[in-house]
Amino acid sequence: MAKPAVLTHPESLKKPAGPSEFAKHPVNAALSKAEKVALYTKMARIRHFEQRCIRTYQQGKIGGFLHLYVGQEAVAAGTISLLGKHDHIITGYRDHGHGLMVGMSMNECMAELTGKVTGCSQGKGGSMHYFAPDKNYWGGHGIVGGQAPLGTGLAYAVKYKGLKGCCLAYMGDGAVNQGAVHEAYNLAALWDLPMIFVIENNGYSMGTSQERSTAHPGCLAKRAEGYGMAWDVINGHDVYEVRAKTDAAVKRAHEESKPTVLEIFTYRYFGHSMADPDKTYRDKEEIKGYRENKDPVLLFENELLAEGVLTPATRDAINEAAMAEADVAAVFAEESPDPTVADITKHIYWEEDNRGPNSTSRGTIIFE
Amino acid sequence: MAVITYREALRAAMREELQRDENVVVMGEEVAQFNGAYKVTEGLLKEFGPKRVVDTPISEAGFIGLGIGASMLGIRPVMELMFWSFSYVAFDQIVNNAGNIRYMSGGLINCPIVIRGPANGGTNVGATHSHTPEAILASHPGIKVVCPATPYDAKGLMKAAIRDNDPVYVMENTILYNDKGEVPDEDYIVPLGVADVKRVGTDLTIVAHGRAVITSLKAAEILEKEHGVSVEVVDLRSIRPLDEETILASVRKTHRALLVEENKPFCGVDAQVAYIIQAKAFDDLDAPIGRVSSIDAPQIYCKRMEDEQLPHAARVVAAALKVLA
Repeated sequence: MAKPAVLTHPESLKKPAGPSEFAKHPVNAALSKAEKVALYTKMARIRHFEQRCIRTYQQGKIGGFLHLYVGQEAVAAGTISLLGKHDHIITGYRDHGHGLMVGMSMNECMAELTGKVTGCSQGKGGSMHYFAPDKNYWGGHGIVGGQAPLGTGLAYAVKYKGLKGCCLAYMGDGAVNQGAVHEAYNLAALWDLPMIFVIENNGYSMGTSQERSTAHPGCLAKRAEGYGMAWDVINGHDVYEVRAKTDAAVKRAHEESKPTVLEIFTYRYFGHSMADPDKTYRDKEEIKGYRENKDPVLLFENELLAEGVLTPATRDAINEAAMAEADVAAVFAEESPDPTVADITKHIYWEEDNRGPNSTSRGTIIFE
Repeated sequence: MAVITYREALRAAMREELQRDENVVVMGEEVAQFNGAYKVTEGLLKEFGPKRVVDTPISEAGFIGLGIGASMLGIRPVMELMFWSFSYVAFDQIVNNAGNIRYMSGGLINCPIVIRGPANGGTNVGATHSHTPEAILASHPGIKVVCPATPYDAKGLMKAAIRDNDPVYVMENTILYNDKGEVPDEDYIVPLGVADVKRVGTDLTIVAHGRAVITSLKAAEILEKEHGVSVEVVDLRSIRPLDEETILASVRKTHRALLVEENKPFCGVDAQVAYIIQAKAFDDLDAPIGRVSSIDAPQIYCKRMEDEQLPHAARVVAAALKVLA
């Protein structure tokens, strides 16, 4: 079990991160060249999708809140790249990266942001509420920490059905102070559920740093000890390390049906949401340091260039393709129709959407 | 037809559904080893074992949320809240998650969960344990709420709730747990959203739900014997979905309506029922709609005064006579 440590401190931002210590870890050594290229491509797609969202937002076409994943790509990419048929994920409101990782299309994701009927939730969920249950992705949840009990329920269902699978419930560092998260910890440990709680620690719960929000802020994962759960801390700028250490937690879930808390140190480059001017609580130099020396996409790119898996030409082609795909998605979203007034009252009740002679429900259920 | 208690009817519903569908799980505080805080789940652990009948820690947000998550993957949890008053610490799960997930996913996900337990005053336990949140919860589209008043309805509604593919919140009443009634031996359900005329009459319609139905039936007896008034009592049984047609048909027949519920008056279920009657049967009314609710204060502890605070037969009779005047 790892010792508590703050993996990102000011000094480390001043020099470029070196090669990954986890490149040769079996779970990474097992990756073929094509799989490594695919993983890089997925990270680049998240990056370019999110950056395209900024433009669409600034054009006034995305309403509501927009929480960007730029800077955190290696967390979703590394963890989700390990998952199989009976593994499930659920997350909070910063949910775009996870959606693209499980295989949602940029078109449906962008159209959801613009509130169009072609969106993944038909324009009914928005940025914070992506869902793809056919890809084992259960959202996209707006209330901080509220997804932790739901994820524990997914793990419970997997175990109940006797399947070899698990659930990863992602949350931010602010969520660790929510009661629902602690209740979920207790249940997962008490009932030996195949559960992995992933704290994506980007340093700030909205505009409040850990020092100002959290007692014993040095290590959030260590709270797992209070529930007798295994835990680990991970450098979330290194996708190889994310994979290596998450793999241990997945194996613990699959083979021992035991939960784990993972704290993955990461960083977001933009404000909490687009509504956050990002001027009051952190230093521009800090953001610059992360961008220049700890960028997860750049670091993985450097690894793959050094390994000879990528060349500058293939790298450029991947990035250009991702940008073009995001542009196409923006046009698709723009040209897609809105839901209709009649659509407002659909998808509220399963029984109403599927009413038949043998329905368990009758009477008036939508009121004037 | 066997004569069984309301408690036994609920238990029989859960027992039969546990037998019928291996994905049904009964879960909650003290439901298994302790045999249920109110003995509703008595014997289920012995019969079905700890995988199907599960004790939880005192952790409503956690275990209710867990049940909701499990239901998304096809488990059909029947979750007991020892009191519906405790739902307030799990409100985010009960409303935001269970109630919204189908909508926010554009219909990709559904949530076949039942949450059940007593929701009533009148037991001398003070304000924190006496809430009746059916109106609060039914005001959220995505949620269904039923309030059975008799053993027959308790069993039939519970079985329908377990088979329903949406979140259904069953609000029972501890004071009714020992009430007896006839319940068929064969399998049946009471569909959600179907009201029941518990007493036929011609002069006045009383609309009620939960224990207020029993109170209203007593009042109807008095009104007939002492005042020669023929009262029809419509039991809503289900709050959302709501059987508007049965309410309206009765009002169109009697031309007078009195609404009785154990909620506090402000935005109670009957506020909605009153709106529907005046909107859809205004010309049929011969008098303003009357209303009896609990006296508008947090639930008082003192038993003698709590019995006054809740609607009782004398208050219902007085209100009925006013509507009939």
